[in-house]
Amino acid sequence: MGDTLTSLALMFSPDKWASLFDNGMNQLWAGFRITFFAACGGLVLALALGIVFGVLSASHWKIARGITRAYVEFFQNTPLLLQVVFLGFGLPIVWPAAGRFLSNAASALLPWSNTGFLMIAGILGVGIYHGAYISEAVRAGIQSISKGQLEASLSQGMSYIQSMRYIVIPQALRVVLPPLTNQAVNLVKNTSVLMVIGVYDLMLSGKAVQTTLNNPGPVFLTVMLMYFAMCYPLALLSKYLEDRAEVNA
Amino acid sequence: MIKLVNVNKHFGTNHVLKDINLHIPTGQKVVVIGPSGSGKSTLIRCINMLEKPNSGQVVVDGVDLMAPRAPIAKVRQSVAMVFQSFNLYPHKTVLENLTLAPIVVQGVSKEEAEDSGMAYLHRVGLAEKFDQYPAQLSGGQQQRVAIARALNMHPKILLFDEPTSALDPEMIQEVLDVIIGLAAEGITMVVVTHEMGFAKEAADRVVFIDEGLILEDGPPEHFFENAQNERTKLFLSKILR
Ligand SMILES: Nc1ncnc2c1ncn2[C@@H]1O[C@H](COP(=O)(O)OP(=O)(O)OP(=O)(O)O)[C@@H](O)[C@H]1O
Ligand SMILES: [Mg+2]
Repeated sequence: MGDTLTSLALMFSPDKWASLFDNGMNQLWAGFRITFFAACGGLVLALALGIVFGVLSASHWKIARGITRAYVEFFQNTPLLLQVVFLGFGLPIVWPAAGRFLSNAASALLPWSNTGFLMIAGILGVGIYHGAYISEAVRAGIQSISKGQLEASLSQGMSYIQSMRYIVIPQALRVVLPPLTNQAVNLVKNTSVLMVIGVYDLMLSGKAVQTTLNNPGPVFLTVMLMYFAMCYPLALLSKYLEDRAEVNA
Repeated sequence: MIKLVNVNKHFGTNHVLKDINLHIPTGQKVVVIGPSGSGKSTLIRCINMLEKPNSGQVVVDGVDLMAPRAPIAKVRQSVAMVFQSFNLYPHKTVLENLTLAPIVVQGVSKEEAEDSGMAYLHRVGLAEKFDQYPAQLSGGQQQRVAIARALNMHPKILLFDEPTSALDPEMIQEVLDVIIGLAAEGITMVVVTHEMGFAKEAADRVVFIDEGLILEDGPPEHFFENAQNERTKLFLSKILR
């Protein structure tokens, strides 16, 4: 017991922290920026895909339902890691044109990054993967709203899209928000797959700093806090939106 | 104003409407009566295409709604429907329930929609509830708001599908009074109801439907005093007791 405490104290001793702040923080911040960027891009993509596919899969349009089923089942039932590895390393070989397109997109959007292409692959990977889960949450949310709501709005001359936008989705949001937050937070954490394809995200930067400084305590605690700093506001935002939706119910 | 010609509707193998023919001139108040499951809701929902018939012709306000690419949403703007279960928008206030569709569908300005909306709320006796949410109102009040919502579209046709069936008995009259008031105006109305008193008082015409067939169609006096069909007589004997 005493030994454990002593080694813990040593692990987090002031000079260990000083070593991190003097020689490692810059690299951790660089990793934070990459992870933050990937998380934002992934979230936007996942939300867009999730809403579009979720609305389509709740519609009466058979073809759209079939396509969304295929999308959801494929991406929910294969490992994210494999999807990202494929996008990063497989796609340029299997489909060179798509690879070139993404490369060009990367140099246009992320000129500051020398692994821009792989980052795009990672963003696409987490976005598409979590989009599949969000789409299921959106579908369940829409189907939880009584058919009378859609009928009332259609009977007033609204288009299907207008009915969704003004009537069904705002109500479905209350049901969708908790699983949506869950997905958003998981998405942020899952951007760490970037590490496997060699992008210096927060995770890989942490590992690199630790290798150089041999200072696991402060390094990984800081990495952890940085992930927390990205995820916790999402949880707070969702709580706030949920409360607001509750008031209007 | 409304013309149904040889309208047929199937749900799977269930033949719900059988060669329905119904012409309703402008301004007429039609009450549709019939046993449960006879096809009343399906019939009235064919008028605004919430149900699409399998065959036949539906012409509303001069527009053939069965034609490919028919402007159904456009026609629905002038065919307002009041539902048995109210179907108010629970996330909107009473006044927002009235103004949403006029604003986003008809392009009416917010001020104008609110002015006319308040006038209609006045008319149904609920002006002071304008900033409440539907869940804060009683069933009868909700249905009166639903009627005001329908009116705020300035429709040419009003469709009611059993507007009082989901209400506690003591609230039925307040809703019927509003509908009877409307019947005194020029608007075309189709009302599915079991309220025989309303049919006698407000209808120009009673249509009796059973198993998807129109069995009686005529003025209320004819229907209540002179019904020809055995099934109609049976139905009346049950309902009038
Ligand atoms: N969406 C649907 N899918 C399948 N069957 C339906 C559907 N809507 C109605 N039906 C069937 O069609 C028949 C007529 O139903 P409808 O609702 O028109 O009757 P109704 O006269 O309005 O009855 P009620 O007085 O109970 O409201 C019933 O047998 C009903 O089960
Ligand atoms: Mg019915």
